[in-house]
Amino acid sequence: MSEFKYTKDHECIYIDGMIAAVGISEHAREALGDLVFIELPEIGKQVSKGDDISVVESVKTAAEVYSPVDGEIVEVNNPIADDLELISRPVNEDGWLVKVKVADNSAFDDLMDEAAYEQYLKEID
Amino acid sequence: MPEFTALHGKHVDLNAKMGEFAGYDMPLYYDMGIKKEHEWVRSSAGLFDVSHMGQMVLKGDGVIEFLEKITPSSFSKKNIGRAQYTVLTNENGGIVDDLIITKVGDHKFFIVFNAGCKDKDIEWIKAHMPESVNMEILDRVLIALQGPLAKKVLEDIIQCDISGLLYMSYMEVQSPCGQDIFISRLGYTGEDGFELSLPSDVGRHFWTEFLKHEAVRPIGLAARDSLRLEMGYCLYGHDIDDTTTPLEADLGWVIGKDNKSYIGADKIIEPKRRRVGIRILGKGIAREGAEIINIDGKVIGSLSSGGFSPTLGQSIGQGYVPVEYATAGTKIFVNVRGRNIEAEIAKMPFIPAKTKSIKAVKVA
Repeated sequence: MSEFKYTKDHECIYIDGMIAAVGISEHAREALGDLVFIELPEIGKQVSKGDDISVVESVKTAAEVYSPVDGEIVEVNNPIADDLELISRPVNEDGWLVKVKVADNSAFDDLMDEAAYEQYLKEID
Repeated sequence: MPEFTALHGKHVDLNAKMGEFAGYDMPLYYDMGIKKEHEWVRSSAGLFDVSHMGQMVLKGDGVIEFLEKITPSSFSKKNIGRAQYTVLTNENGGIVDDLIITKVGDHKFFIVFNAGCKDKDIEWIKAHMPESVNMEILDRVLIALQGPLAKKVLEDIIQCDISGLLYMSYMEVQSPCGQDIFISRLGYTGEDGFELSLPSDVGRHFWTEFLKHEAVRPIGLAARDSLRLEMGYCLYGHDIDDTTTPLEADLGWVIGKDNKSYIGADKIIEPKRRRVGIRILGKGIAREGAEIINIDGKVIGSLSSGGFSPTLGQSIGQGYVPVEYATAGTKIFVNVRGRNIEAEIAKMPFIPAKTKSIKAVKVA
């Protein structure tokens, strides 16, 4: 059973108790190509599901990263802004962007597991 | 349905990421990715399919006078084989299109114009053309070969002597089966390079031959954009359009000293705004549409194009600002997603053009 969850916007999420570490999926990384900039939010900010929490910018385009849940930003991965390559690491290691703390962990129920995400990628291809 | 160039199948075979540009399904990038393609052109030789662009020949009595009416440039004293970058102007002094006009004979000119302006240009030119001038639209492949090794590659593959071909000059050579290839030493990258106009089947043949050369990689439109952005070249419909005059666009150099009677000449007056280069000093990438803000927080313009410069490793752009802000070094901000990022007005090109050294050969 995979611990990773996914959204239709290609966020990849690792859940540890009430904390969601949010990054982007491998599919999103490949689609973006050469990265040039990552923008991170302020710690302590309250966010709703769907709010922008980060921007991952490549030579091609700027991709907004949306919060997968309602919650509070409790941590940001500052080293990743200086070492963009870290984003290719798993989100439970160095590849996360933002950690969001939820009030109620049933918020995670809507997220896709790895199998559902794989299926979703096939559908949109 | 988008249109296809004669090389479309080649791009699909190369597994290019395709996308729509000016109504054509064009390669945006290939396997290497945009950044590596960009760097390849700056260090070796890149091959571009630009067959989507318009190509025409104008010839006949009075063609020089006609060109001096539809463009602000001077053609009467131009030598045969010389190419001129210029613009078509409208009655308000705005730019209908930017194009390259090459004198290929006493009364004959070869013209390359933008894909997105094809119908508009043809209609505009016909509407002003005297009966003595004849227009022929060419259906030919256009390949750009650009980079420091472009000359060597061209000599290796086409096996022609181009040592006498100066920058912004043109020559015709014969393919092995006797078909005309037009070679112009110019481009849209700031590197030494060539644009080759060939019949479709010859074009398909040489596209493949060029790619067999170890110094050559195919380059998509995305890197073409970042390459031209580093040189401060205009992209029509973004950095110049029907509402910008050549002086506003900082293209005053295309206006010939002796040409006073071109369309819109009386409207091309000292401008109140000017196209400038913008260098982003803070973190972030500013793209087209981002607001330009003065140090007092007032919006003074917006980016007409912008993106990441692989050579400089920072974000650069172009935009129009009131002339009082147009001096290089003027501190400004560019607003990206609600955040004001430090920036400054910069001289263009952002990196030195390699084409200058080719020009020097001509002077000497």
